[in-house]
Amino acid sequence: MRALDWITQVLEVVAALAAAPAFLGWLNQCRAWLQNRRAPSLWLPYRNLHKLFHKEAVIADNASSLFRIAPYVVFGAMVLAAGIIPSMGTRLPLVVSADAIALVGLFAAARVFMSLAAMDVGTAFGTMGARREMMVGFLAEPALLMVIFVASLISSSTALPAITENLASGRIGLSPGLAFSAVAFVLVLLAENARIPVDNPATHLELTMIHEAMVLEYSARHLALMEWAAQLKLFNYVCIGFALFLPWGVARGHIGPVGLLVAIPALAVKLAAAGAGLALIETVSAKMRVMRIPEFLATAFLFAVLGLLVHVLLGA
Amino acid sequence: MITISPTLLTGCVALLCGWVVVGLAGLLRPGSLRFAGRTLFPLGALLGLALGLLAGASLLGGGTERLILPVGLPDLPMHLRLDPLSSLFLLLLGASSFGISVFAGGYFRQGEGALPGLLCLQYHLFLASMGAVLLADDAYGFLVAWEVMALSSYFLVTTQHRIPEIRRAGFIYLLMAHVGAICLLLCFGVLQGGSWLFTFDAMRAAHLSPGWAAAAFLLALLGFGAKAGLVPVHVWLPEAHPAAPSPVSALMSGVMLKTAVYGMLRVGLDLLGRPVWWWGLAPLILGLLTIFYGVLFAAVQTDMKRLLAYSSIENIGIVFTGIGLTIVFEGSGLETVAALALLATLYHCLNHSFMKSLLFLGTGSVLHATGERNLGRLGGLIHRMPWVAWLTLIGTLAIAGLPPLNGFVSEWLLLQSFLFADHLPHAFVNLLIPMGMALVVLGAALAGYVMVKFYGVIFLGQPREASLAQAHDCGWLERIGLLWLALGCVALGLFPLQVIRVLGAVTGQLIGATVPQASSHWWLLAPVPGRPVSYGPLVFLTATLAVVFLTVLAVRLTYHQRVRRAPAWDCGFGGLTPRMQDTAEGFGQPIRHLFQSFFEIERELPAPADRAPRYRIAIRERIWRLVYEPLSNAVERLANIAARVQQGRISVYLFYGFATLIVLLAVALMS
Repeated sequence: MRALDWITQVLEVVAALAAAPAFLGWLNQCRAWLQNRRAPSLWLPYRNLHKLFHKEAVIADNASSLFRIAPYVVFGAMVLAAGIIPSMGTRLPLVVSADAIALVGLFAAARVFMSLAAMDVGTAFGTMGARREMMVGFLAEPALLMVIFVASLISSSTALPAITENLASGRIGLSPGLAFSAVAFVLVLLAENARIPVDNPATHLELTMIHEAMVLEYSARHLALMEWAAQLKLFNYVCIGFALFLPWGVARGHIGPVGLLVAIPALAVKLAAAGAGLALIETVSAKMRVMRIPEFLATAFLFAVLGLLVHVLLGA
Repeated sequence: MITISPTLLTGCVALLCGWVVVGLAGLLRPGSLRFAGRTLFPLGALLGLALGLLAGASLLGGGTERLILPVGLPDLPMHLRLDPLSSLFLLLLGASSFGISVFAGGYFRQGEGALPGLLCLQYHLFLASMGAVLLADDAYGFLVAWEVMALSSYFLVTTQHRIPEIRRAGFIYLLMAHVGAICLLLCFGVLQGGSWLFTFDAMRAAHLSPGWAAAAFLLALLGFGAKAGLVPVHVWLPEAHPAAPSPVSALMSGVMLKTAVYGMLRVGLDLLGRPVWWWGLAPLILGLLTIFYGVLFAAVQTDMKRLLAYSSIENIGIVFTGIGLTIVFEGSGLETVAALALLATLYHCLNHSFMKSLLFLGTGSVLHATGERNLGRLGGLIHRMPWVAWLTLIGTLAIAGLPPLNGFVSEWLLLQSFLFADHLPHAFVNLLIPMGMALVVLGAALAGYVMVKFYGVIFLGQPREASLAQAHDCGWLERIGLLWLALGCVALGLFPLQVIRVLGAVTGQLIGATVPQASSHWWLLAPVPGRPVSYGPLVFLTATLAVVFLTVLAVRLTYHQRVRRAPAWDCGFGGLTPRMQDTAEGFGQPIRHLFQSFFEIERELPAPADRAPRYRIAIRERIWRLVYEPLSNAVERLANIAARVQQGRISVYLFYGFATLIVLLAVALMS
């Protein structure tokens, strides 16, 4: 069975790599439909990546090697994260070496490298983006951890697959603590992935950018890796959401071909629904002023802490 | 007194004496920088390494050795003891001081305040006194070593005593050190419990009433907290650390603060016997406050060493939070979890001593290369000083708590012990614990913010001043020192299981329990039996590197490697200057804005019509105005009242003597 576990592991990573751009494409499609626009193709993100990889990389004169290493580190972190999150099966060999706290640490490492790279060239936009990204991060990261801790306390483990197995085998419906956490998680997801109330992924105005301002100096393959990493991050976050709040359909225990046959469509359905839901949130809300973001995230943090307190109080 | 194979202990004592001798040798040729730097400091470093090895051997053996030295006052011999707890901190002292001393050998320059020989004496006396604090087994020896430590470090802080701010910083340091020392004196006075024996063994045997035991604990918390930099008695730290030369800052922050932690553990968990659970709330709450306070002030600093000093305060907060948790757990009868919390605490002490020393030394190199401590005048040094920049990057990532480096391991352990707290029998604490966890996590995330600011503003971007183009990389001795500390950070991060095995002797001694290992793999940290919780940094690192390598390979094979250099994007307007980057003030702006009420902000904004617009901002701690200034005013008023009695005329003093005599005689007659 061990071989099958490794196959699941590789399959999860490959699936994440392959499906992440499509998920973004689907999200953009839904958004366009909701906004009465003609939708771009689902495959547009892939074509974009392909195009970027072909181009010649242009690097600023005073960029150091940190600038060139960063996209690979960020991308590597996101790929590894995809290997830790149980999106299809819960028997993942990699998970023993990285639990949910390490996962949050991995995201933090990616963020720090991206911010450092943004400061490396020394333009106004880069440092501004880095500063704003760190501002988003210092509130979003603890909120995410608190969300995970509620689930950890319920399941007596900080390993994501153990949490998923425990939550999937239990009663249907969320415990009150988890319900608060779910709200917090959605807010964090929007903030961390530079979605609309916090950042506008489609903006052309440098002054309002966060994520885009940081990658402004990148081009060609470096930009492609950064974009792909961002898509992977979105995909990973959505999968964390599934693992914590919608753990159904994931193959538990040692996965077999049958389990996989159930897990893949289940994931696809959940992703489609999540994409539509995110598009809806982005359509009905407007972008906030930058200094309102901490309030938004503080709300998320508060909800997560509330979830934890509710869990402790109810002794669930 | 039983003496069990005193070889390791005598070895340690000999090495401490060796440090004193090396220091005194500096006086042979006090003016010679070459003699001190190239011969004595490396020699002292080797002694440190030997001390670390001896302490490590003692820690692995797990035994206890005692020795009575007939030095000091008559009938007051010096009791020494080497047990796992002191071995661990000696190991920390030896290992960090090796890197710092090697660095110091290349660091000091001619004409920096004190003579090199004198500096060498003070420096090695400081090292030896810290070792003596860790070995002392009676209150006399402990306090004498403690005072020598305070005084030698005072002289080191005021190396450049011609600068008024540095003299002021030294004064505040000395003052706080003595306030702390008085608390310790009282604490030991309580601890002897009426036996009037001041050996630690007598204190262990003394039976204190609960009230006195709590008083002793609180006095120890205040006394050791003042040395460690616990809020609200931290005020000396952000003044003294930047004032001292960088190797001294590294030693103070990396090692001296840990001697205070050692003292706290010695008194709280050893001398007082089994602690009562609610004692733990004081260090827990103060620790959490300290984390938050330290990191917020670190985020708004513009002086790089001050920033690191506040970051030290934050880390001491983490350590004291761990101590608090340990006591709460142990007092509630949860030994295994208490051992886990203590393990996190000790691990964090080790980590912090390596990473903070590394960062302080890195700032020292930057300071020498550029002459600047102000973040607003640095930038782009990664091109000029690659060695310093890349080694400092390791320390930066480690202290930001990123896996797979060492800062993450201790935070991981601490969070795991927090997650266990739902077993506690006290409902009130059960509610407090999640809030505490939230604060720890928030502090860790803010530390990431601070470290990105620290590294990004100093080493990345464009140089903010033209003079930075002349900056040079550090010399080879300095490189060795930095490399040693950076390797320490990496090793502590990658081999947590081996470190924990070594630390097991200490938790066994203090708590009576060790943290179990629930996995059979040597690379997998699984400290919680019955729960599927594990972390394997080596696999983690290998997997990340493998993915990165495969990505590079795939991109190279599938596409191409063409790169072109071009000017940075300037929106098509041209005229991009280094002044357009974020300054340190700019980078800290969101924090300043969000937590406005924490800071005392003094701001001058330019008027629209100003010819030469200037923006100035000064941030102070409110605690000065709220606590310390009223306090110092009150002391001054009291002193003025007392001064009335002091007339300065000999006849008045003779009268005082006469009156006292009469009163005493009257009292004697009455009774």
